[in-house]
Amino acid sequence: MIAPNHAADHPATGDEARTIRVRVLRQDAPGQESYWERHSVLYEPNMNVISVLQRIAAGARSADGRPVAPVTWDCNCLEEVCGSCTMLINGRTRMACSALVDRLLEEQPEEIELRPMSKFPVVRDLVVDRRRLFRGLERVKAWVPVDDSYDHGPGPRISPEEQEDAYPLSTCMSCGCCLEACPQYTKIEPVRRDGESVEDFEQRRQGAFDRGFVGAHAVSQAMLFNAHPTGKMIADERLESLTAAGGIQMCGNAQNCVAVCPKGIPLTRSIARAGRAATVWAIKRLFDR
Amino acid sequence: MAQPRVLVVGGGLAGLSATMRLAELGVAVDLLSLVPVKRSHSVCAQGGINSVNALTRQQGDSEWKHFDDTVYGGDFLQHQPPVKEMADWGPRIIDLMDRLGVPFNRTPEGFRDQRRFGGTLYKRTAFAGATTGQQLLYALDEQVRRHEASGRVKKWEFWDFLAPVLDDSGHCRGAVCQDLVSMQFRSFPADAVILASGGCGLVYGRSTMSMVCTGSAISRAYQHGAAYGNGEFIQVHPTAIPGADKLRLMSESARGEGGRVWVPRTPQDPRDPRTIPEAERCYFLEERYPKYKNLVPRDIATREIFDICTNEGLSVERDRPCVYLDLTHLPRQELDRKLHGILEIYEKFQGVDPRDVPMKIFPAVHYSMGGLWVDYQRSATGGMEEGSPRNHQTSIPGLYAVGECDYQYHGANRLGANSLLSCIFSGLFSASGVIAGIQPAGRTAGEEPARLFDSALRREQDRHEALLARRGSGDNPYQIHQELGVLMTRVATVVRRNEQLATAYDEVCVLEDRWQRCAVSDTGNWTNQNVVFTKSLGDMFPLAKIILKGALLRDECRGAHFKPAFAVPGLQATDDAARRHEAEQWCDRFAANTARWLKSTVARPGADGHPQITYEDIDTSLLPPRPRLYGLVGADLIEEVWRERQNAAAARGGAAKAVAVTA
Repeated sequence: MIAPNHAADHPATGDEARTIRVRVLRQDAPGQESYWERHSVLYEPNMNVISVLQRIAAGARSADGRPVAPVTWDCNCLEEVCGSCTMLINGRTRMACSALVDRLLEEQPEEIELRPMSKFPVVRDLVVDRRRLFRGLERVKAWVPVDDSYDHGPGPRISPEEQEDAYPLSTCMSCGCCLEACPQYTKIEPVRRDGESVEDFEQRRQGAFDRGFVGAHAVSQAMLFNAHPTGKMIADERLESLTAAGGIQMCGNAQNCVAVCPKGIPLTRSIARAGRAATVWAIKRLFDR
Repeated sequence: MAQPRVLVVGGGLAGLSATMRLAELGVAVDLLSLVPVKRSHSVCAQGGINSVNALTRQQGDSEWKHFDDTVYGGDFLQHQPPVKEMADWGPRIIDLMDRLGVPFNRTPEGFRDQRRFGGTLYKRTAFAGATTGQQLLYALDEQVRRHEASGRVKKWEFWDFLAPVLDDSGHCRGAVCQDLVSMQFRSFPADAVILASGGCGLVYGRSTMSMVCTGSAISRAYQHGAAYGNGEFIQVHPTAIPGADKLRLMSESARGEGGRVWVPRTPQDPRDPRTIPEAERCYFLEERYPKYKNLVPRDIATREIFDICTNEGLSVERDRPCVYLDLTHLPRQELDRKLHGILEIYEKFQGVDPRDVPMKIFPAVHYSMGGLWVDYQRSATGGMEEGSPRNHQTSIPGLYAVGECDYQYHGANRLGANSLLSCIFSGLFSASGVIAGIQPAGRTAGEEPARLFDSALRREQDRHEALLARRGSGDNPYQIHQELGVLMTRVATVVRRNEQLATAYDEVCVLEDRWQRCAVSDTGNWTNQNVVFTKSLGDMFPLAKIILKGALLRDECRGAHFKPAFAVPGLQATDDAARRHEAEQWCDRFAANTARWLKSTVARPGADGHPQITYEDIDTSLLPPRPRLYGLVGADLIEEVWRERQNAAAARGGAAKAVAVTA
């Protein structure tokens, strides 16, 4: 991402003039070998991992002074609402913007370690391809099926309790932390074959995505919309998707998702609800035959 | 004839609402964005979205009052018909977003709850927790995903808009864009191109805006001939958390709940703030504004905080301007109950508990009222005519602009919770006009001669190759950007002075020269963020020049544009007659200034690389301009004199009309 360097704003003084050691797992492109590279940046108060990466990009030199291409990473809002900057920081999946250097150094004083998420194909360095995550939202039809965008008066009345139940689920920013931490969500990285057209490859990749576990984030969105008065009009379609290959039955109940969610979304509650709803739906379908 | 095809650039609220409506109307949409659209900057909006509603209506509110508040808040610098149309659409837009599943906060009976925001007396603002922008964006993202699933929308995420493609008659026929992963170029033939690319905060280095808000798309449109309106009007929010990477917003409600703003009287006092005695603290807002104290209007608070750090040298820190926003004297339970959300943000990002330690805050560039100049068609009822191809069309036919990147709705100052409305409204409303404007020659996208696209694509490729091939002066683009940001923040934010603006303009030209010679450190052709940034930096200079030149030429104070040399003080005299005389003079001066300066600034790219500035009259046919007097000494008397004059003018007008009828 774009990396303005504002180091000159904050010349470190006195005892603050120390450097932070950073170890970055780099990869030049998909399919290439990854390699570790060490960097050092000047410590400043209130730094987060984003500002560390900005210094690295601006310096474009490794710790031993070798000119290197700037490290590549994703970010946008820098206030933990856009979901862009997920990475493995000191081995834990989290957002780089809200990962404060002082805290990280308390955890691990020697150095800060940055790795790309392991469940998504690496594009370059810390940038991964999370299209499968968004495909998951499409699989479960995570939307309210309105007729159109013309004026038909207000939406349905909703009690404060329902709103308070729905709102946390609706703060999911598609960062993918829950997927990175999930033992059932494994990397799917199809490679385009010789002579395969872009369209054919796209279709094959989509198919592979759809056989893989849909993920806690999508299960939770399905529950969000199945609880909405208009959204529930296609509740069955969502449950059908959740009980198909790669659906809710793949969840191993490790409960890692809820532990790593930066927004504290009750993902396991959604999963439990989805499990119950799927069972009821499957039985109902059996009798409807 | 082939199905019409429209390219939408930007997937925030404006781009998504336009896409949703276009797809619904059967248009094939290519939706292109620097980031996955769900990660657009609209997610950062917190407070809410304005509209008259059932409750306020019964308290005397109306669409007209919302319109009036918006125009008055914007110091009358916006064409009134589009603003009226937006206010009229407000209730329909909130209803629509409600239907799309936005989890608006609810009353015990299950209606949407509303809160009060700045610039109005009514509880007009619907909200979803403290993440209203995020919630609105997600609802539109979901609808667009639905259209994507049915094949009506194709998303191009991680793509950069490089240039509009214009035919020989200057009509926009598509665009050239670049894949930010593979770095491949591609031309997008389109029957219309809609820019919805947001603000340009990165021209100021750090701001409350997201990292994609470089303004590159609008700068590129401008460099291809699109006019730019009111560039000098940039909103600065008084309280943000300074960060090495970004300035994060700290809501005004902290002061509303009793927070006090202060600095140590000793410059950069090294002591723990909690140990500094009261007598050695300067509560400068309370001292200078005994009536309003810490709750002076936003522009005044911003100006004072800026002034005490920049000109009086009393910043808390030596190397970084900031003042204390102190909540530590307030009971903890009270703070947790009323301010929990924003305290948590401070805690998360600063690693300090603001219940124990005063927060360090500073104003930050927040919103761009200016943007690409766009047209509109006035309707018979004084609003905007739906379905007219003129609506939101830039000065390049076939190229449209909606959302923060247009200049249409907020004049000289934006009211809180009006941006979400203007973004959704402009995207949704303009769609039918965009369609109506298609195929004047019976041709659709792709039927243009290939040479148009080939040459445009080659031009961008050459530019890119040349950038990669530069063997530079050793200058670093990130360093140049940092210097640009510091310069722009120093001279073109809160307080503006002509000599500084003139010097800064020359300095920007020097920075641009340095940019011409700087080299990229990554010369590869795979996910090269370094070259993409360097390119967007180059496109910040035209915007910086528009802002500086517009500000330099505009010798008045209006909304966010404050020039002390042209400020008109309040009334000084104490005896009635003299005071009355002063008020008359004040109104004379106001009338003269209105005649001279109540005009939009319109910048066009000059052949010499400098913006050519002209001024456009403003349609004030619905609301006659009146003085904006909040907080001014003698406001009551000035208002009285002004009203007398208006009434007298109306009487004369009535008499003249009567004479005309008799004759």
